Amino acid sequence: MTSPPGAHLPEHPDFLWDNPEPKSSYDVVVVGGGGHGIATAYYLAKVHGITNVAVLEKGWLAGGNMARNTTIIRSNYLWDESSGIYEHSLKLWEGLEDDLGYPILFDQRGVLNLAHSLQDVRDSVRRVNANRLNGIDAEWVDPAGVKEICPIVNTSPDVRHPVLGATYQPRAGIAKHDYVAWGYARAAHALGVDLIQNCEVTGLETVQGRITAVETSRGRIAAGKVALCAAGHSSVLAKMVGLRLPIASHPLQALVSELLEPVHPTVVMSNAVHVYVSQAHKGELVMGAGIDSYNGYGQRGSFHIIEQQMAAALELFPVFARAHLLRTWAGIVDVSPDASPIVGLTPVGGLYLNCGWGTGGFKATPGVGDCFAHTIAHDKPHPFNEPFTLERFTTGALVDEHGAAAVAH
Amino acid sequence: MSFRTDTGGAIDRNTLLRFTFNGVEHTGHPGDTLASALLANGVHEIGSSVKLGRPRGVVAAGSEDPTSLVQVEAPFSEPMLLATTVELYDGLVARGLAGQGKLSSEPDPARYDAKHEHCDVLVVGAGPAGLVAALTAARSGARVVLVDEQNQAGGALLGVDEYLDDRPSAEWVADIVAELKSTPDVLVLERTTAFGMYQDGFVLALQKRTDHLGFAAPASVARQRVWRIRTRQTVLATGAHERPVVFADNDRPGIMLASSARTFLHHYGVLPGSRAVVFTTNDSAYCAAIDLAESGVDIAVVVDARPEAPARLAAECAARGIEVRAGQLVTGTEGPGRVTAVQVGDDRIACDALLVSGGWNPVVSLFSQARGTLRYDAELGAFVPGRELATVRVAGSATGELDLTACTRQGRDAGAGAAAAAGFTSGSQVPLPASDSRCTARSGLVLWRVPGNDDASFVDLQRDSTVADVLRATGAGLRSLEHIKRYTTIGTAHDQGKTSGMIAAGIVAEALGVELSEQRPTTFRPPFTSVSFAALAGRDRGDLHDPVRVTSIHPWHVQHGALFENVGQWKRPWYYPQPGEDLHAAVLRECRATRESVGMMDGSTLGKIDVQGRDAGEFLDMLYTNMMSNLKVGKIRYGVMCGVDGMVIDDGTVIRVGEERYIVTTTTGNAAKVLDWMEEWLQTEWPHLDVHCTSVTEHWATIPLVGPKSRAVLAAVAPSLDVSNEAFEFMTWHDTEVAGVPARVCRISFSGELAYEINVTAWHGLAVWEALMAAGERYGITPYGTETMHVLRAEKGYPIIGQETDATVTPQDLGMSWAVSKKKPDFIGKRSFARAENNRSDRKQLVGLLPVDPAVLLPEGSQIVETDRLPEPPVRMLGHVTSSYPSAALGRTFALALVRSGHERIGETLYVPVEDSLVPVTVTESVLYDKEGARRDG
Amino acid sequence: MQLIPCPWCGPREEAEFHYGGQAHVAYPGDPSALSDEEWARYVFFRENPSGPFAERWSHNAGCRRWFNAVRDTRTHDLLAVYRVGEPMPEVTA
Repeated sequence: MTSPPGAHLPEHPDFLWDNPEPKSSYDVVVVGGGGHGIATAYYLAKVHGITNVAVLEKGWLAGGNMARNTTIIRSNYLWDESSGIYEHSLKLWEGLEDDLGYPILFDQRGVLNLAHSLQDVRDSVRRVNANRLNGIDAEWVDPAGVKEICPIVNTSPDVRHPVLGATYQPRAGIAKHDYVAWGYARAAHALGVDLIQNCEVTGLETVQGRITAVETSRGRIAAGKVALCAAGHSSVLAKMVGLRLPIASHPLQALVSELLEPVHPTVVMSNAVHVYVSQAHKGELVMGAGIDSYNGYGQRGSFHIIEQQMAAALELFPVFARAHLLRTWAGIVDVSPDASPIVGLTPVGGLYLNCGWGTGGFKATPGVGDCFAHTIAHDKPHPFNEPFTLERFTTGALVDEHGAAAVAH
Repeated sequence: MSFRTDTGGAIDRNTLLRFTFNGVEHTGHPGDTLASALLANGVHEIGSSVKLGRPRGVVAAGSEDPTSLVQVEAPFSEPMLLATTVELYDGLVARGLAGQGKLSSEPDPARYDAKHEHCDVLVVGAGPAGLVAALTAARSGARVVLVDEQNQAGGALLGVDEYLDDRPSAEWVADIVAELKSTPDVLVLERTTAFGMYQDGFVLALQKRTDHLGFAAPASVARQRVWRIRTRQTVLATGAHERPVVFADNDRPGIMLASSARTFLHHYGVLPGSRAVVFTTNDSAYCAAIDLAESGVDIAVVVDARPEAPARLAAECAARGIEVRAGQLVTGTEGPGRVTAVQVGDDRIACDALLVSGGWNPVVSLFSQARGTLRYDAELGAFVPGRELATVRVAGSATGELDLTACTRQGRDAGAGAAAAAGFTSGSQVPLPASDSRCTARSGLVLWRVPGNDDASFVDLQRDSTVADVLRATGAGLRSLEHIKRYTTIGTAHDQGKTSGMIAAGIVAEALGVELSEQRPTTFRPPFTSVSFAALAGRDRGDLHDPVRVTSIHPWHVQHGALFENVGQWKRPWYYPQPGEDLHAAVLRECRATRESVGMMDGSTLGKIDVQGRDAGEFLDMLYTNMMSNLKVGKIRYGVMCGVDGMVIDDGTVIRVGEERYIVTTTTGNAAKVLDWMEEWLQTEWPHLDVHCTSVTEHWATIPLVGPKSRAVLAAVAPSLDVSNEAFEFMTWHDTEVAGVPARVCRISFSGELAYEINVTAWHGLAVWEALMAAGERYGITPYGTETMHVLRAEKGYPIIGQETDATVTPQDLGMSWAVSKKKPDFIGKRSFARAENNRSDRKQLVGLLPVDPAVLLPEGSQIVETDRLPEPPVRMLGHVTSSYPSAALGRTFALALVRSGHERIGETLYVPVEDSLVPVTVTESVLYDKEGARRDG
Repeated sequence: MQLIPCPWCGPREEAEFHYGGQAHVAYPGDPSALSDEEWARYVFFRENPSGPFAERWSHNAGCRRWFNAVRDTRTHDLLAVYRVGEPMPEVTA
C-alpha cells in the first residue's frame, strides 16, 4: 500500500525561535502571543523598523484561539468597513508564504455560504453585489452550481431546509494554523523580537494617563507602548487600567474527524443550520459548532452543541454519517455587540487595543497585524481599522456584521 | 498455518465464521475480533503507515491499539475502525488502511438513538476494581450504572488465566455480574464506552448494539446508542494501558505489547507467532513469556532491561528452558515486513514475534476531562490522578496500583465512598479476592527508548513520528509539549496518543533536561475513543431534524397545489400556481384578482400574544414606539417595536379587547422572540407591573379576506354582522359568528384594499376557510400566498421586518416617524434616536425605485450607485434593493430600496448594477399605489 | 451539559435555559437625562470577568422564569442562584 497524497504535511524548519529571558524594557510590549500578537510584532519590525519588541504570552505561543480555530479565510463581508480590512488581509494571505518563507499551506479552495430561505437568498445576493463593487471576488450560485463545486452537499429540494443557492468566493480558503503562527514567530524572532512564553501580565502601569510598564509573572517590564492582543482575555486586561470593553467572552467549540480520503473540495458554511466544514490538508474534516450562549473562560463548551452540530452536518452532508469524531475542543471568543472588531487607540496614552474579533480572528491575522502595527507605530489608526473604534458604540456608527459573521467563521 | 491454540479462549470453536480481508478469505469464530481472527490465520500485516508507507500490524489487543486500522466494507462501509475492536461476524469484508479511510457515498441505512439515564453511582470499567466498586455501591441500594467497552465484563482478567480464590477468574466475574444484573436499579452496559466526561456528573457513553451482528443486525434496532448519563458520583476504573519501549525499527508487524499477546492467547486462543523474543522493563511480561511457552510458543529469550532479573520469575523461566538476559536491550529488528529477527547486543536472534513491555500508563483521560489534576509518578513512569474530585473517584490500575487485591480494595473503597456521598449506607461487604498471579508490574525500570537509529525509532507508529522528530522539535526551540505534539504530530492520530503520549513526554524531558514532574501533559480531550457522526446526530435527522409547523388549513393548501415557503419553522403557502403558471404569472393573477375582486390567504402563522393585566397599557407603551394605552376598547393600532439600540425589531397590530386586555400580533418568524422579549422586561425590569403575557398563536386560525368584494363575501358568511363602513370602521374589530362559528373580525389591511381579518379557533379554521371559498365563488375568490401578500404590501410601501430591515434600520428610516410617539416620556429605543449617528441626513431610508424601463425587474439584493459608469473598486454604494416585483396594479415593475439620503433623493435617477449593465432607476416615495388611500373603505 | 438549579424548579439541563448576560444592570430611570456615553454604557458595555459573575438566566423551556445566578466563568460552575429582586448572595469561588 502506498501512502495517499497529502496525508502528511511539510516539515517544520530545524529552527524556530529562542526562549530569551525578558529584558527590563522594550519600545513596544505586545500582550498576547497569539496570531494577532505575533503578526503585529512582525509587522512592527518589518514595516516600521521597530524591533525592540517583546511578545508576552501567558501560556505557550499561539496556544489560544490560534491553535483552536477552523482556519477559514475569506473576505466576503457585507459592509465596506469589514470588506476593507478582511480583503486587505486576504491579499496579504496571498503573498504570505513567500513573505514568511514558511509553508503555511494557504489553499484557495473557495468558500460556499449556503442560503436556505428566500430571505437568505436576498441577503446573499445583496452581499455578493456589495463584494463585487468592493473589488472582492464573489458569485451567486444556484443549487446545481453548489453541487458542481461541492458534490457531497445534499441539494435535494425535499430536505427540511433545502439549499436554495450559495455565495461563492473562489479566493477564499484555508491555511494551516500552527504553520502560520510559527511562520510569523520565526520571522519576528529573526528580526529581533523577543517571544516570551509562560509570562502572564498581571498589571498595567500608567503615569499621568500614559502607559509606562507591564507587571508580569516574571517581573516588571517597562514599555514605551503596550498593545493588547488578548482576544477573550481583553476585558480582564483592559480592566487593569479601568477601561471597560463592550465584549463578552464565550466558549466556541470545534472538532475534527479522523483522516479520510478527499471528499470535500471546498469550504462550506451555513448560518441557517449552523454548519461550517472543510477537509484539512491531511484529510480530517474540520468543523465548527455554534457559540455557547454563556460567558466563559473555561475553554470548554457543552456537548449538546456538538450533537446539534452533527445533526445539522448530516442533513447537509449525508456522506459524513460514518465519519468519526476524533477530538473536540473549545476556544474563548471575544464577541462584540455588532460582531465587528475593536482596533485602535484607547483613552490611555500608548495603550492600543485589538479585540472583539469573535469568530473572525484567524482570517484577519495578516491584515490586522499590519494595520495594528501601523496604528502603534504612528499612534494613529490605519485607514482600514479607522471605522473599528471603541467610540462607535457611543455614536451609534456600528458595523453590524451579524448577517455575515454570526456563528460562522 | 493456523496460530489458533487447541483449547481455551472465550470463542465458540464449534461455529465457523467466514470473512474476507484484503481480498483473501479466512475463517474465525464467534468471540473473535477481526484482529484475533487475522492473527490466528497468521496475518500480521494489517495496513501501512500514513507517511512512510511502512507496514503496520497489531500492537495492542484493545482500543488503545495505534496501528490496526481497517475499512470495514460489508455490510456497510465504515472507515478507520480498529481491527482489535471489530467483533467478527459471518460475511465481514474489510481491508487494511494506509492511515486514511474512505467515506461511503451510499446513504447509511442504520438507525441511531440516544437515551438519558440518571443514577447515583456510575462505574466506568468492569475490570476487577470496577466490578467490586459497582457491587459495593449496588449493595448499598444506590442506582448504579456500570459501563464497559468490551463485549463482556472482566477487564484485564480477560487476558490472563489466573485464579481468584482458587477458581477461574471468569467465575468470580460471572458471579458479580449476575448479582449486579439481578439487583434492582442496576444497569450493566457492555460494548459501551464512556467517551466524554463533563460537568455536574454528565457522562456520555456510546453503546455498540448491533455492530457485532453484522448482516444479522435487525434493522429495527438502533445500531448505536449514545447514553447521556447524569450521575451523582462516578468511579473511574478505567484500567491501564501497557506502554511500549521505543527502539530502532520498532514498528514492524509482529512487534506487540506483551500483555496484549497474553490477551490474544487467553481470551481468543491465538498465538502471536512460533518463536518470540520478550523485551521488558518490569515483571509483568514474564507471565506472557511463561504462558506462551506453555502454549507451545518457542520463547527465544526474555530480554530484561533491568540490571538484574527477578529471581523467582527467572527461575520459572529456567524451569521451562527460557533464557533470560538481564541488563540487555533490544537495539533493532529485521524483516521484509513482519519481524524476522531481533538484535540484542551483538546477537541477532531469529523470531516472528517480539513482545514488549515498558510498564503501564493509567488511563486518566476521563479523570482529566473532569478537570482532575494529574501528577507524575516517577516509579511508574506515568501521570496518575492527583487529588480526588468531590464527585469522581478513581480505583484500580487507573490509579497506578497494579496489584490485583489492592485494586479491588480501591474499588470497594471507591464504591462505598461514592454510595455514601450519594446518601446511601453501605450494605454487606464484598469480599476481596486472593489472586494467584505470579507477576506484578511494579518495580519496573522507566525506559522510554533504547538509543539507536533515531530516524527509525518510532514514537507514534500511526503518525510515523520518530525520536529524531522529537529531537528536531526541541532543537528548534520548542519547550511546551503542546508545541512538540504539533511539530511532530505525535498523539494526533485516531488513538490520540494512548500508547505514544507518555513516551513522547519522557523523551522530551530527557532531551531538555527537565523533570517530568514539572511538565504538564497535553490536554486529554473528548472523545476517549472515536464516535461516528451519525451516532451523535441520533434521531435528529430527516423529518425529526427540525419540527415542521403547519396551520389547521394546511391540508387545503396541499390539496390545491400550493408551493410552500419555509418561514421560521412554518410551512406557508408561497403561491398557488395553476397549470402552466410560473411564480410571476401566478402572482400577477393572484394580485389582480385580489385588487379587482377578492382574495384571501392563510395568516394563521402570525404571532399572537395575549397581554393582560392592570398595567398592560403602560407596559405596551414602553415596548412600542407609539402609544397603546390610549387605544379605545374595540380599536386596533399598528405598532413598531425597537431594541434598546433604537433599531426596528418587529411590528404588528395591537387590538384592545378590554380595559385590561390586548392581543398583539407579531411577524411569523419573531413570535417566540417577542414573547421572550416581553417576559424579559416584565420579569427583570418591571416586576412591579401587573401584566401577564401568553402566546395564543396556535389557538387561532387567521384569514385575511382582501379586496373590494371582501365586504360582500363577509356579509354572506356573517349574517349577524353589520359590515357597512359606518358600523364597522377601519381599524376596529367585532366579535361575531362567521360560517356559524364564533369569530373575531378585525378590519385591518396590509394591502391598501378593503380587508377583514377573520380569526376563529384553530379547530374551525379549515371549515371557515372552505365556507369563505364557497361564499366568494361568485366573485372569483382567489387564494393567495406569501408572495402576493408581499407584492400587495410593497405597492403600498409597507415594509416587511427582516426584508426591509436588517437590525440597522430605525422607524424613521422606514418613513414611520408618524409611528414614533413624541408625547411619551420614554419607550425602549427612544434614547438611541438622539445619538449623532441617528441624526445624520445621509442615513439609508426606505424609498421606491422605478426602473426607467418598466419591463426591467431588478434582482432583490442589487446594490445602488450614483453614477452611470462604474469607477474602479471600491465603488461607493448608496444602498440596496430590498424588494422587487412586477406589479399588475402598476402595469410595470417596481422595487423598494434602502438608499442613502433616500428621502431627499426622490425624483433623482440612480443606477443599479445588474450583471454587466447599469440599470437606470427613478427614486420615488415608497407608496406607489393608491397614495390617497381611497381603496381602504371599498 | 451543565445542571442549572432553577430557583423555582430545581436542577435542570442547561439546554432548557436561555442566557441573559450580566445581572443587576437596571434600565435607567430617565434615559433622556443620560449623556451619549452613559447611554452607550447601558446599551453595550457589560462586565466580562474571569471569575464569579452575577448573571441572568431564564428557564425558557421550563417555568419561563428569569432568575439570577453567580457563576464562575473560569470553571462555569454555578455558585449560587437567586430570584429576581433578591440581593446577590456572598459566594466564594
